[in-house]
Amino acid sequence: MHRIRLDSDTDFGGWRKAARELVLADVAPADITWSVTGDEPELFGAAGLAPDAGSFAETATPFVHPTQSPAPAQTFNVPARFVELAQIAILHRDPQRFAYLYQLLWRLRANPELMHIATDPDVARLQAMAKAVRRDEHKMHAFVRFREIGREPKSRYVAWFEPEHHIVELAAPFFARRFADMEWSILTPDVCAHWDGHRVAITPGVTKAMAPSEDRLEETWLTYYASIFNPARLKTKAMQAEMPKKYWRNLPEAVLIKPLIDHAERKAHAMVAAEATAPKKPQRQDQPMKRAKPKADTLAHLREEAKDCRACDLWKDATQTVFGEGPPHATVMLVGEQPGDKEDLSGKPFVGPAGQMLDRALAEAGVDRSKTYVTNAVKHFKFVPRGKIRLHQKPNTPEIKACRQWVERELAAVQPLLVVAMGATAAQSVLGKVTPINNTRGRLIDRADGPQVLVTVHPSYLLRLPDAEAKEREYARFVDDLKIVAAHLNKTQAA
Amino acid sequence: MDVQRKLAILADAAKYDASCASSGTEKRDSQGGKGLGSTAPGMGICHSYAPDGRCISLLKVLLTNACAYDCLYCVNRASSNVPRARFTIDEVVQLTLDFYRRNYIEGLFLSSGIIRSADYTMEQIVEVARCLREEHHFRGYIHLKTIPEADDALIAKAGRYADRLSINIEMPEENSLAQLAPEKNVRAIRRTMGRLRLKLDEATEAKAEARKAPTRAKPPRFAPAGQSTQMIVGADSATDQTILNTSANLYGSYNLKRVYYSAFSPIPDSSRALPLQAPPLVREHRLYQADWLMRFYGFDAGEIIDPAAGMLSLEMDPKLAWALRHRERFPLDVNRASREELLRIPGFGRKAVDRIIDTRRHSAIRSTDLAKLHIPRNKALPFIVLPDHRPPAYQLDGARLAERFRPKAQQLGFGF
Repeated sequence: MHRIRLDSDTDFGGWRKAARELVLADVAPADITWSVTGDEPELFGAAGLAPDAGSFAETATPFVHPTQSPAPAQTFNVPARFVELAQIAILHRDPQRFAYLYQLLWRLRANPELMHIATDPDVARLQAMAKAVRRDEHKMHAFVRFREIGREPKSRYVAWFEPEHHIVELAAPFFARRFADMEWSILTPDVCAHWDGHRVAITPGVTKAMAPSEDRLEETWLTYYASIFNPARLKTKAMQAEMPKKYWRNLPEAVLIKPLIDHAERKAHAMVAAEATAPKKPQRQDQPMKRAKPKADTLAHLREEAKDCRACDLWKDATQTVFGEGPPHATVMLVGEQPGDKEDLSGKPFVGPAGQMLDRALAEAGVDRSKTYVTNAVKHFKFVPRGKIRLHQKPNTPEIKACRQWVERELAAVQPLLVVAMGATAAQSVLGKVTPINNTRGRLIDRADGPQVLVTVHPSYLLRLPDAEAKEREYARFVDDLKIVAAHLNKTQAA
Repeated sequence: MDVQRKLAILADAAKYDASCASSGTEKRDSQGGKGLGSTAPGMGICHSYAPDGRCISLLKVLLTNACAYDCLYCVNRASSNVPRARFTIDEVVQLTLDFYRRNYIEGLFLSSGIIRSADYTMEQIVEVARCLREEHHFRGYIHLKTIPEADDALIAKAGRYADRLSINIEMPEENSLAQLAPEKNVRAIRRTMGRLRLKLDEATEAKAEARKAPTRAKPPRFAPAGQSTQMIVGADSATDQTILNTSANLYGSYNLKRVYYSAFSPIPDSSRALPLQAPPLVREHRLYQADWLMRFYGFDAGEIIDPAAGMLSLEMDPKLAWALRHRERFPLDVNRASREELLRIPGFGRKAVDRIIDTRRHSAIRSTDLAKLHIPRNKALPFIVLPDHRPPAYQLDGARLAERFRPKAQQLGFGF
């Protein structure tokens, strides 16, 4: 029988060293007993073995006290996952944890894939133990309550906590990172952690009597706890699942739990039974004026009016109406299909990826975008949500028709000489009928009421093309179409 | 009025906001520099729980509960007779620091009634955050409520100091908000959410750029924990389907971290126009489950609810209810099914699915393994095939399967 004594309850280094040597010496789990200095059963203490004897093995064994044995000649590899698991599971309070870890380590030599088998009993047991340790650590982060000794800026903060597992050293760095500018101590029955502004010191455990019993802020904290509680929604089980009773004795606010629950029903009942109050006369400061319908269709008026457009249902899911933008009397008006994601968020037309494509092509064709009026055939973004993104949907004919009034009124207000309809939706809106793009693009069409119309593709079409070659070819055609616009602009400027 | 009395009023006024998250922000601590506090990236920390089952993570208060608006569902509406109070900026700052040093809280969640104007109110809120961050070097968590239509510069400033920003959409439907909250405007709320989204995207892009070219100056920070919102459930007649559609729309449009559902709860001095009844807590719970199905289990907003009902079942969780309506998809072989399929099996959580996929490469899953994977046997077995288990055909087709999962009728008492 090999008896291994570790330095402390959290002596992972000692366990690791001993375990490595035991595995290399082919010692089966059943032939080892593990203990911690100071925790040995009476039996061995009574046998007269001084704790510093170095060896208290019954039989000759090289694994006496792990920190005193020579460096191992051999090593072997264990999965990183095992080491991570072991470092946490070893902090569990179960006295068998060292043996459980060794048992798994022993089996890992023959089955290195074992760490991937969550259903293996040894793996599952240690994972459950590690989970319990992590949870206890998390609860320690949450439920430690510092009490102030003295007054700022010369105060110290001291807390009393009773962890379920051996987690004080594990949890202490969290408090050091968080309360770096405070001098603090966390006292527990196992060990205590202290921070002096530079480093964490660990000292032996103490009793609760050593910790302060009050704090000047506690009454205020209790006031907050009582006030944030909503008596109309009592869910004590949910509370206890996350804040089990074992923690209550060290939480100052816990004294309120019972009285709050006892009074909740009466309070909630009173709220329901109380006669409802008639709303006071609302005291609006600036009553929105009923907007008189503007006489002239100036762009500014149109933009205001379009904000509340309900002519089709697209407004419901969208953020806002995206109205046209540009000089009020531009000679060229560019019409796209509808706003996309970015346009919907910003309220401006052609600012997303298609807008960037358009900007590039316009520049290449020699058209100054700031001299054109840019708008869309449909003024709200039509989409279906897919998780975190929105999938663009093509507007249908009723939607195009419903929105056509705005395009027509924009045309009437701006009175451009040339309208560029980009894509099928824009062509349908501007020309008033379904128009195939390929047959009509690239040449000027006369509209009965004045402006000439140029049909071309929508810049987002170029973005959707799968292969680079087609992209380049179609982009060049698009630029060629826009060169007609440039020529038109030059001609009107010259005239 | 002393600070404690103000706290009682202004915490009471803030408790109908369900959000208390302190998670998902950047990593910060106060080691090696002046200042106080740290964040817990990933998981937030709940420092206490009230008997209403809600976590207490942040000091959640209003700056003032005086409000120019008259939203009928709100305890702080202009026409309510509740006592009013107003913190000074310094009082909130000191309270936050005092609570934080005692490890009561992760940080501050500050909101306010609308006083004077949107910009004035927002300015006050931002000033508290600025003071905490710049004068006291506070590194803990800050969640600020954003006032719709506040000036862009104020919003940018809020994002510089806050971890999270939120604007409550309040009602699932536009017309109920118009009825219950005449001064609020969904369009303005959505526009501001859109502005936040653009600023969040910008910050993310700038951060990615900075990573590529680390010599450049640090990009301006904007609410690293993103934005969230809240919807009140049960104050209007919206169906669960409407609520989920609105949530899906908001998640997709504004990249929200969370939509919180808050069962409408009777308030002191409540309005006649509202249902005076106990809050629909089970419904709220089911909505959260459905929300999780949308975000983590690959479910679409349109398939979770029985179209005939329009409402989630109160008796069983939405995934189980969905599986019972789609029995043709089951039983699934746990050792062969895809991740997407596994996620749709009743009782199979995300972690269990991860473990199954890892494990089954090496060792087949058997029925005795379910407990080790923390999968409830009774819920899962009718829908799965394992090497040592196959549900009888009559069971999946039978009408009694649904019965099995209904809660047993409760005996209310013996007469005597």
